[in-house]
Amino acid sequence: MKLLSSSDGKVFGTEDANIESYIKRGGYEGLKKVLGKLVGNDKALTPDEVIAEVKTAAIRGRGGAGFPAGMKWGFIPKNHAGERYVVCNSDEGEPGTFKDRDILMFNPHAVIEGMLICAYAVGAKRAYNYIHGEIFEVYKSFEVALDEARQAGFLGKNILGSGFECEVFAAHGYGAYICGEESALLESLEGKKGQPRNKPPFPAIVGLYNEPTVINNTETLAQVSTILRNGADKFKQYGKENNYGLKIFSVSGCVEKPGNYEIPLGTPFAELLQMAGGVRGGKKLKAVIPGGSSSPVIPASQIMELTMDYDAIAKAGSMLGSGAVIVMDENVCMVKALQRLSYFYSHESCGQCTPCREGTGWLYNVVSRIENGKGIPADIDELINITKRIQGRTICALGDAASMPVTGMIKHFREEFEYHIEHKKCLVGN
Amino acid sequence: MLSEKIQLAINKEVAKYPIGKQQSAVIAALALVQAESGYVDKSAMADIAKVLAISTMEVYEVASFYNMFDTKPRGKYKITMCTNLPCALSGANEAFAYLCEKLGLDNKGGTTKDNLWTIAQGECFGACGSAPVVLVNNNEMKIKMNKMAINELINTINANRGAQ
Repeated sequence: MKLLSSSDGKVFGTEDANIESYIKRGGYEGLKKVLGKLVGNDKALTPDEVIAEVKTAAIRGRGGAGFPAGMKWGFIPKNHAGERYVVCNSDEGEPGTFKDRDILMFNPHAVIEGMLICAYAVGAKRAYNYIHGEIFEVYKSFEVALDEARQAGFLGKNILGSGFECEVFAAHGYGAYICGEESALLESLEGKKGQPRNKPPFPAIVGLYNEPTVINNTETLAQVSTILRNGADKFKQYGKENNYGLKIFSVSGCVEKPGNYEIPLGTPFAELLQMAGGVRGGKKLKAVIPGGSSSPVIPASQIMELTMDYDAIAKAGSMLGSGAVIVMDENVCMVKALQRLSYFYSHESCGQCTPCREGTGWLYNVVSRIENGKGIPADIDELINITKRIQGRTICALGDAASMPVTGMIKHFREEFEYHIEHKKCLVGN
Repeated sequence: MLSEKIQLAINKEVAKYPIGKQQSAVIAALALVQAESGYVDKSAMADIAKVLAISTMEVYEVASFYNMFDTKPRGKYKITMCTNLPCALSGANEAFAYLCEKLGLDNKGGTTKDNLWTIAQGECFGACGSAPVVLVNNNEMKIKMNKMAINELINTINANRGAQ
């Protein structure tokens, strides 16, 4: 079941976002099935059965880490006296990623349904969707979708007469990349600076307002609704062992047709590139950042032989991440590209851990001086040194995220950095 | 003093959270005030603190942490252009330079002398498939901002401004 297009191939637009359209295409049947309210199927599933179905589907988190969603749900303590919460992470800010925005714009009820199913499975009465501040119009339209769901009896007390109670609310950020990190998001949702928490304890034990909390990505929760509607087996018809299901790839950069492409995990990169119209202007492919700006770059020769799934990309020394594919053609200067990314991480470091706060600034300064023709030969090793002093020494993964693009670029394109330092100009000449 | 309209809107946000957790509404409250006044100064932060029964410092911490809050007066129309890598690969730097030049600003952006325009660079808005992307006054996204689209945006704002 695709999230961004219908079974007959129509790509969803805003006209497909309303609840009538969603119900017409089978929407909320997953929730009805769970609650025993589907015509001819009046036996409700137990929360454990719901978790088991998601575990059987073996869906890996679509936000970046690829952690199995069912396992995450299973970590919520069964006998907990207080509240539990479900949080949908729609704080989509990893450069190159724009899939959750499309899901929320064109198929918001799939997300609401997934959140409700999750809430039922873990015993939560409140669920929050935390939406990236920059897509404020989407936050507004999601509130409209919530009103529709409330009117139709899918939210509130005694949902569809089943006795199940849950409210879903929308919240928004206001421009902080770090809040995509789950514990920073929880801090933000509590009305604080988005500074990540030490883990453990993980959010499943100590989450929102210190209560057990499931926090999943938008695409993951939207897929949960299709998994419960159609069954785990149907979900597993796509993809391959350990990498099941359809995945949305956001393709940006130097391609003819940038956009979202929802394809089975394990599809060859060459096919995805073709779908996106190939490299813009008929130019030669130089390299690809395969999973959002934090994932190490992969040179053209290598990526053209790879399939787009968690394991294949990891084996090539990078990460599938959020599925954000940034395509770079032969004219792109890798030093300049890295300079822009390093600026981003330095700007977005929350300032809590010294190695990241200071180190990301140093990475940016050193890459900048190489780009500006002021680099010295020792700078390249210095960059590697700085990454080693950041990685593994911080509370959250932003420090690693800032380091990986640096090590990836130097590993594969060292000669461009050396050329910049030696000749005070760019190898690719722009 | 917060307007009645803002107070009501903040109450609606507070109602989303469990009793006693009204601090959760602080980002929304600040955003509501900023949408009305253009920026959030310390007196507005103190007002919000009072409504949410938290300290002014707790409001300030949030206002100063998140990129989209303006804590100083800015132009009536703020245009933020994403220049992160995916947008840069689709002409964002050239578009940003053009936008600045068109409004008589140097290539770093800033606020025009008549306080009408503020031009700034931003970080990933999450719409890279439609690069280059801008945000107008933080809450309205405009996509595929080539020179023609920039001209159109400025002309539209100017026309609406004239009509007011």
